[in-house]
Amino acid sequence: MRDILLSLQHITKNFGEGDILHDISLDVRRGEFVTLLGASGCGKTTTLRIISGLETPDEGQVILNGQDMTALPPEKRPVNTVFQSYALFPHMNVEKNVAYGLRVRGMEKKAIAQRVSEMLDLVQMSAYAKRMPAQLSGGQRQRIAIARALAPQPQLLLLDEPLGALDLQLRRQMQLELKRLQKKLGITFIYITHDQEEAVNMSDRIAVMRDGRFEQLGTPEEIYDAPMTRYVAQFIGRSTILTGRVESCSGDHAVVKTENGRVPADASRANLKEGEMCDLCVRTERMRADTAPVPGFDLPATLQEVRYAGGSVLMYVRLSDGSEAVATSEARMADAPQPGARVFLHWNPAQAAVIGGASHGA
Amino acid sequence: MVRKDSIRRQESRRGALMAAPMACFAVLLVALPLIYVLCTSLVSGGKFTFSSAFTLDAYRALLREDYLRVFANSLQLAFFTTVISLVVGYPFGYCMARAGRRWKALLMMLVIIPFWTSALVRIFGWKILLQANGPINGVLRALGLIDQNIRFLGSYGSVLLAMVYCLISFMILPCYNAVDKMDFTLVEAARDLGSKPWRAFLTVTLPLTMPGILAGCVLVFVPSVGLFYLSDIMGGGLVLVGNLIRDQLLKVRDWNVGSAMSMVLIVLSAGIYLLYRKAGGDNLGVF
Amino acid sequence: MAAGKRKKRKVFSPIYLTLVLIVLYLPILMVVLYSFNAGRTIGSWQGFTTDWYARLFANALMADALKNSLLLAVISSALAGGIGTLGAIGLSKTHMKLGGAVETLATLPMMIPELVLGMAYLAVFTGIGIQLGMGALVLTHTTFCIPYVFINVKSRLVGMDPAVEEAARDLGASPMRVMRDITLPLIAPAVVSGMMLSAAMSLDDVVISFFVTSAETTTLPLKVYTGLRSGGTPEINALSTLMLGAIFLCVALSQLFAARSQKKMNSAR
Repeated sequence: MRDILLSLQHITKNFGEGDILHDISLDVRRGEFVTLLGASGCGKTTTLRIISGLETPDEGQVILNGQDMTALPPEKRPVNTVFQSYALFPHMNVEKNVAYGLRVRGMEKKAIAQRVSEMLDLVQMSAYAKRMPAQLSGGQRQRIAIARALAPQPQLLLLDEPLGALDLQLRRQMQLELKRLQKKLGITFIYITHDQEEAVNMSDRIAVMRDGRFEQLGTPEEIYDAPMTRYVAQFIGRSTILTGRVESCSGDHAVVKTENGRVPADASRANLKEGEMCDLCVRTERMRADTAPVPGFDLPATLQEVRYAGGSVLMYVRLSDGSEAVATSEARMADAPQPGARVFLHWNPAQAAVIGGASHGA
Repeated sequence: MVRKDSIRRQESRRGALMAAPMACFAVLLVALPLIYVLCTSLVSGGKFTFSSAFTLDAYRALLREDYLRVFANSLQLAFFTTVISLVVGYPFGYCMARAGRRWKALLMMLVIIPFWTSALVRIFGWKILLQANGPINGVLRALGLIDQNIRFLGSYGSVLLAMVYCLISFMILPCYNAVDKMDFTLVEAARDLGSKPWRAFLTVTLPLTMPGILAGCVLVFVPSVGLFYLSDIMGGGLVLVGNLIRDQLLKVRDWNVGSAMSMVLIVLSAGIYLLYRKAGGDNLGVF
Repeated sequence: MAAGKRKKRKVFSPIYLTLVLIVLYLPILMVVLYSFNAGRTIGSWQGFTTDWYARLFANALMADALKNSLLLAVISSALAGGIGTLGAIGLSKTHMKLGGAVETLATLPMMIPELVLGMAYLAVFTGIGIQLGMGALVLTHTTFCIPYVFINVKSRLVGMDPAVEEAARDLGASPMRVMRDITLPLIAPAVVSGMMLSAAMSLDDVVISFFVTSAETTTLPLKVYTGLRSGGTPEINALSTLMLGAIFLCVALSQLFAARSQKKMNSAR
């Protein structure tokens, strides 16, 4: 337990207008990169603001280094934030912005200058020390906001969609830089984003949030390979979800009867029992479609469209109940079957997530 | 539910503390005097005290024929002032909004400066211009248009001129804002669909800038009912509600009737303002 | 043909704008011009002189009025600056339900006829025994100046990113420190602009001053008003010109600061 830096315990927050957090608990280890991922309005920014002290929870505790910080105002917490709008002080130049957190702590002038130049070096902005924020581009402001938040050497850095306003190219580049920075400094990051790709690329752990609750908390791999709810499965990556009833179950092998036919499932993944409803989540890149049926799978479909997707081919098919699915093929475009052809879907059962039992239907 | 020490609460409390002096001024120097006037208008025999009995006598006294005529005069003058301001001010605001960007800033400055400049002094300027032997008569004479000096001062027209002159900025600014905000591709679309310029103006520009026009009319009409010293300065003895209220206080010393008149004026102003808001008008910011 | 029409508008528009502006400024020009008129009658031009100014400054009553007016303008705009600024910041932070009512009441003096306000003050002050004169003038002028500061500062605050203040607290600044380092510097141009307008309004006020002043205390606009009612003299002309100068200065400064505030706001976005 000693390496737990931050612990949120049963945080509940109830604003007037339905912006709500329900009983949120989270432990963050020292040096960890944790991402809160969710659609807008899911409560991720509120969670962050509660950690920084800009918001007080109605119930629950914020514990940092074993000390209860719930009642401390933001200025007394060793936590700094990189705001979504950067929130640089428009009337101070870059240097003064970065120095602000040190100045209010009463640090010596010399030491401040030293630290500021270190920070500007770190984000490669030394040449811009005398510029005003209005004279900087979005990416440059971003770097200054990070340098400013890092300058007071916080134990925990909070980042509220810091890359949201940047274009795709710059975003990718900044993702790499941020990750490198975090590794180098060993500071704990709590990062907010609504971009699942960004979350998967950068995080040690991801907390998927929905309507003020944690839907699933786990490593990117866990979240991707074993989503525990339909919401998580749909939110992260592209996949086809098939719903059915467990017809038989022997050892790890189960047979699930869907509207469109019978398919095998790995029963160990969700502790399936006979007669239960469950969802099978098959990632698009793991779904195959062949012109000949594959033993164990009884999932015929009609090919609607074939599209080239750089390196592979995507096959859009329609199942017998009218629902749609997407499969991937390594074949070349020329070798793919023609639209209208009858194809059979199949996959490796060990690679399909099974969402069953209590979480089914969520 | 909410914790007592929540940061929002602290902020809110600090904010309330900061606003406290302004709240004191608002209560003691705005609400209290107005309530006092209201109470005084509802009693008789001098200013309101806690022992006086409520009566509507003061309001009944307003129904005298000569008072009613004064009210009618004031409303008529305010109406003419508004109409003339609109006729002169709207085209000005329109032309201003259609001018180039650099011209716009300059014109704005030129309109705003007199707007904030002493009405009194500016009216004094008209008084000089309109003197019997003043510059305007001089020019007219020199042009051979008249033989004898015209007596401008003291006429109804001169009072009207002074009113329009003092208040026209209130018309120009909202009209300008409305035209400036308008999307002129709509007019082009109307022209493209075969509208004649005038038709396009009447069917597109005018309805779209109506909010500005309404705001301007309210901003001109409401103060013009209450302006009293212009008529004094321009001469001619036109008695307006303002003069009447002042005379009630300083000459007749009838506080009750004076207060009742003030209340009528407030209700009139507030009524017009509320009607305007009902009609969908914006907050009347003129900054 | 369309080109012809466009040309017509291109000619009409500047002519109309110029014409109205001339009418707008001609009277002001007249006042200034005739304050240098050697003749005693105000209508006709009889040569240049600065006598009237000399006489004005020699006149103890006038000097007194000038002193009163300047003092009044400085004190009431300073008070309104402080109270209005605190009020705008405070109301933007508080969630109390009374906030809206306070705002409406505080800005009400802009909406109701001055005359009504003036008589209300006279009634209350004589009713509860507040002495008329300088004290009453300061109180009332401050009251009608507050809205100008309040609205200016409020619109500036509305345009500000709340995260900027939060960032300062997040970096370790106490609420007082945030106010000093962040909020006040950012709204300063709006405060100054509002105070300059306040000074202009105070220097300009006739109606309310007319009701709450005492026989011993007089202000420049009141002097001009009484002078004008009795026909107007060249001294009044000179006095008006001085007032114009002071008000022009205030308004120009206000516009300058408003422009700067706008610029700061844009750069903050």
